[in-house]
Amino acid sequence: MNAIGGRPSPAGGNNASGFLSRYAELRDSLPGDVCVRDVAAAQLEREGLPRREVEAWKYTNLRPLWDTSFAGGSAVQEADAGPVLDALLSTLGDENAASARLVFLNGLLSDGLSRLPGSVTIRRTVPQPLPAGLHPMLALNQMLSADGVAIEVPAGLDGGRLLVIGLGSAEHAPADWHARVSIALGAGASLSVLQIDQGTGCYLSNAAITVSVAEGASLRHARLQRDAASAMSFALVHAQIAERGSYDVFNLALGATLARFEVHARLVGAQAAVHVNGAQLLDGEQVADLTSVISHDAPNCNSRQTVKNVLQGRARGVFQGKIVVARPAQKTDGYQMNQALLLSEQAEIDAKPELEIYADDVKCSHGATVGALDEEQLFYLRSRGVPVPEARAMLVQAFLLDAIELVQDEPFRQVLDDAIATWWAGRAA
Amino acid sequence: MSQFLSISGLRATIDDQGSPKEILRGVDLEIPAGEVHAIMGPNGSGKSTLSYVLSGREDYEVTGGEVSFEGRDLLAMEPEERAAAGVFLAFQAPVELPGVNNANFLRTAVNAVRRARNEPELDAVQFLKAARAEAKRLSMDAEMLKRNVNVGFSGGEKKRNEVLQMALLQPRFAILDETDSGLDIDALRVVAEGVKALRSPSFSALVITHHQRLLDYLVPDRVHVMARGRILKSGGPELAHQLEAQGYAGFLAEAA
Ligand SMILES: Nc1ncnc2c1ncn2[C@@H]1O[C@H](COP(=O)(O)OP(=O)(O)OP(=O)(O)O)[C@@H](O)[C@H]1O
Ligand SMILES: [Mg+2]
Repeated sequence: MNAIGGRPSPAGGNNASGFLSRYAELRDSLPGDVCVRDVAAAQLEREGLPRREVEAWKYTNLRPLWDTSFAGGSAVQEADAGPVLDALLSTLGDENAASARLVFLNGLLSDGLSRLPGSVTIRRTVPQPLPAGLHPMLALNQMLSADGVAIEVPAGLDGGRLLVIGLGSAEHAPADWHARVSIALGAGASLSVLQIDQGTGCYLSNAAITVSVAEGASLRHARLQRDAASAMSFALVHAQIAERGSYDVFNLALGATLARFEVHARLVGAQAAVHVNGAQLLDGEQVADLTSVISHDAPNCNSRQTVKNVLQGRARGVFQGKIVVARPAQKTDGYQMNQALLLSEQAEIDAKPELEIYADDVKCSHGATVGALDEEQLFYLRSRGVPVPEARAMLVQAFLLDAIELVQDEPFRQVLDDAIATWWAGRAA
Repeated sequence: MSQFLSISGLRATIDDQGSPKEILRGVDLEIPAGEVHAIMGPNGSGKSTLSYVLSGREDYEVTGGEVSFEGRDLLAMEPEERAAAGVFLAFQAPVELPGVNNANFLRTAVNAVRRARNEPELDAVQFLKAARAEAKRLSMDAEMLKRNVNVGFSGGEKKRNEVLQMALLQPRFAILDETDSGLDIDALRVVAEGVKALRSPSFSALVITHHQRLLDYLVPDRVHVMARGRILKSGGPELAHQLEAQGYAGFLAEAA
């Protein structure tokens, strides 16, 4: 590890060298145990960032990450971000705007703009030791992460609603940040989180989210990814769900030029449930990827996924869903559905479902559909006087409905609905 | 004389596995304002094709002829413009719209048409009141407003839903493509009432049907026989009776 401690020259051919040399500069000023970061740096030094030959990254090319030279996250003044936050809150409806919130500015928690919840414990955290063989984006996060929070809901408590807002701003040079969020629910506890990511300029937001759901607890997590048009947006969730616990996540991907939302969920107790749903609405040259690895380790668990892609222009949607059913996980119920609506000839969907089943008494199914808007339906609407843009919007909304309906928290679902309507209005104009 | 609806020499083809197939082969038809006309004719003679071409469906290519509606070139208009101008087609096979709420659909349609006609839009409350009243008049269960458009509707329910749309959109020219097929006797009367309610000196209808019964209620001003993409014969209401008694064979032979 000696290359890291000193002032290294970027390793020749290593595509993470830009990040590594910045780490070398920042190493002594970053918070927390430096050994934890060194482990991650050593891995990146050894392996670099994955290229497309790596199976898990076949459809999503990380090249823009190493072709861009990022300068870290410049500090944002709360006074500057305040109006941006207010503008955002004013679009969320009174109930949501009044909710507790954690606000990150370029990856750093803002005490002034956050409003802490009552029944939930919030702590500042620094990277914790993680097992070897890190996910490459997690390694990057672990190496450079400058701030993070741990959200804990004590056993038996309802933590209510919590907004986790990430505002990015990179006006001058490409910036990057690597926030950390850990959410832990005690036995029987519950919490509903709405995560909103948005910003301006060219930046890399690479969040790592750890979820721990104890017995009988329930976490609802909705995410609105509305990052800047030239941003790269990564969020990686590691979730562990205990007996009768449930983790329900919905990712709405609208922004960024390159995005990946990735969930690794482990059902470790009987009758646990995980739902990884999402919608990706893309245009232009956007690429968005929803990747999930769901491990059924215990019997009688349930995992469900409904993912919808609406693709315009030359956009590309990616869905990779892997379900692994371990030998003890009898009576597993696994379901996966990926659907794409291609609104242009050049749009593309890449889907890779994978089932790895070692138990014998399981019910696992997956399906996929790809299609264009139905001309007959479109004509029916037009023949009733509905102009084409409105008719298309209605049909797209109908296509998305059975995914959006899965967002159980109604005020949060409304936010996603509105975001979709706004997205669509932007296209139709 | 400026006609209400005037079709002359209308020809249309459809793409049949790469080569054009001619379906309408010179249709001539005049429908004056305030009249109800009926079209009868064997299966596959082009009746639905005519109704689609009049409402602007793009799969058909018009290769000849003209259609003027209240002095405007109908064929140059987009489907939604035709709807705004007052053309309405009750589909032979109404389309299912999964995920689209029926009341929402109806309100969007009504307001789109009202906007195009420079009339004030209806808010949700006004609209629901109007829709419920019409549904009641058509003996439709108001529950159907809450369901997805035509999804899981029975054949007859779909047809009633078409008539409900017609009632709410208040067209000036309605084409009913076998709206009577698959209806029970009560529903048939309801459909006929739906058309009668719109009857006025400035409303006309073209009723495509295989059955005499609807015409008994409606009493058309003219009956046309269509075969092989053309109007072969036209006459008064007695023509429908004659067809019912004799079938098409005689007409086709006579015209050939
Ligand atoms: N997409 C298509 N490809 C090929 N042929 C078609 C297509 N659509 C319609 N046709 C043909 O055009 C002809 C006219 O069809 P149309 O539906 O207009 O008949 P119709 O008079 O309404 O019949 P029916 O009384 O059975 O409703 C038929 O022979 C039909 O097979
Ligand atoms: Mg027909």
